[in-house]
Amino acid sequence: MLTARIIPCLDCRDGRVVKGINFQGLRDAGCPVELSLNYQDQGADELVLLDVSATPEGRGHQRETVRRVRKELSIPLTCGGGVRVADDAGRLLDAGADKVSVNTAAVVNAELINDLAIRYGSQCTVIAIDAIRHESGGWGVVVKSGRERTGRDVIQWSKEVVERGAGEILLTSWDRDGTRSGYELDLLGAVSQAVTVPVIASGGAANPEHLIDALKAGADAVLAASIFHDGEYTVKSLKAVLRDAGVEVRP
Amino acid sequence: MKDVAVIRTGTANLASVLAGLRRAQCKPVLVDDPKKVTSADYVVLPGVGAFAAIMDQLRSRRLVDAIRERIVEARPTLTICLGLQVLGSRSEESPGTDGIGAFDAHVSRFGTTVRVPQLGWNCIHPASDCQFLTEGYGYFANSYRLTEIPEGWTGAKADYGGSFVAAIERGPILACQFHPELSGKWGASLIERWLGVKREAESC
Repeated sequence: MLTARIIPCLDCRDGRVVKGINFQGLRDAGCPVELSLNYQDQGADELVLLDVSATPEGRGHQRETVRRVRKELSIPLTCGGGVRVADDAGRLLDAGADKVSVNTAAVVNAELINDLAIRYGSQCTVIAIDAIRHESGGWGVVVKSGRERTGRDVIQWSKEVVERGAGEILLTSWDRDGTRSGYELDLLGAVSQAVTVPVIASGGAANPEHLIDALKAGADAVLAASIFHDGEYTVKSLKAVLRDAGVEVRP
Repeated sequence: MKDVAVIRTGTANLASVLAGLRRAQCKPVLVDDPKKVTSADYVVLPGVGAFAAIMDQLRSRRLVDAIRERIVEARPTLTICLGLQVLGSRSEESPGTDGIGAFDAHVSRFGTTVRVPQLGWNCIHPASDCQFLTEGYGYFANSYRLTEIPEGWTGAKADYGGSFVAAIERGPILACQFHPELSGKWGASLIERWLGVKREAESC
C-alpha cells in the first residue's frame, strides 16, 4: 500500500535556508545541504526546495544548492521558485531536481503546464496553488507571495491544471501559512475531491494531529517547514505518532 | 571503479540516476551509440516521460536491437520506471507503438479507484527466488504498470488499487518500476547488489 508522505520544505535565499511568516521578516535557518541530509536521515519521504530570492544571482545560488543536495540525497527532490518558462524547469532538472513546482507563471500562462507535461512528463510537473478564503465562501487563487488576487477560483483552477497535465498539486492555504493553527481542512477536502492527482497539504502545521487531520481530509502528503526547522519535532517522531493513529507511513 | 553505460533517453531526472550510481561507487558514462550499449559491462536504461517518446528516441538511435540482445543474452542491465515498461511489447499509453519486445506484456493504466500518477513509497514483496530484490519500500512515480510478471522472469509485486509489478529480474537483469536511485538506503543497496557490491539490506 502507498504510504502517506511527510515532506519538509526548505525556503532558500542566496544559498541559505530562511524562515518567516508569509515571507515577511525572513531569518536564517541554516545550510540547505546539511538540513536536507538531516531530514533524509530522520526519514523524510521527499524534500521540497523553494527559491525565494527572486533575483538572477539568487537563481544561480539555487541551482548550485540543488546540485550539492542531489549529490548526497537519495530521496525525491521537488524544486520551485522563479520558474517562468519550460527551460527554467529544465535547468532545475539538470541540476538534480526530480519534480519542478510552478506557481505564478502557470497562472500567467497556463500553456506552460502543457509544455512541462509534454517535455518532462506529468509525474514531474507539480503545480503550486496558493489559496485565500473568500468571505462569501469558496477560495480564490493568489500569486506573488499572496500579494495579488487573480480572480480565479481554486477548485476550477485545480481541475484545469490537471486537465493540462499537472501530476500533483501543492496546495497552500495562505490564511493558515505560518499561523500554526493547522491545515485548512475544508480546502483540502474540496480540492482532493475535485481532482484525481495527488494533493500535498501545506500551510499551518504545528503538531502531529494537524498532519493526521490533513491526511484524513484527503491529502496524500503533508508539507511543513517551521516545525522541523525549529527542532520541535523530527520526521521520525512525527511518523511514530502517525503510525499510532493508524496512518501508514514508511519506517 | 566500474564503468556503467547510461543510455541517453532525454529522461527528465537523469541527474538523480547519475548521482545514485556515483554513490554506489561506480562511474556512469552517458552513451547513445549501439556499439557501446552492446560492448559495455553494465548498462542502465533510465526512463521518465511517455512510452512513444522514449521508443522514438531509442529507434532513431538504433538502440532497440542492442538493448533486446543484452536482455536475451543475459548481460548486466538495469532498467528504471519507463525503462521496465518499454521492455514489453506494447502500452495503453501509446497504442500503435511497439516496445522493445524482450517479453510479451501489455502495459496498462492504473484503475480509477486510485490517484494517478502513483507518487510515493510503496511496500514491495519479492518472490522467494529473487536474487537482487528484497522486501522494502520503493519510490514510485508512474501512471502505467505491468500487472503480471512475464513468463521466464521472477520479480516483486506491490499493491495500488490491485496488485502490480514493482520489479522483475532474470540473471543479471533487473528492471524496476520504482526508482532505486530515489529509494533511500534500501534502493542504494539494491543498486549495489546489482553491481555486485555486497551490503546488508533493510526490510519493511
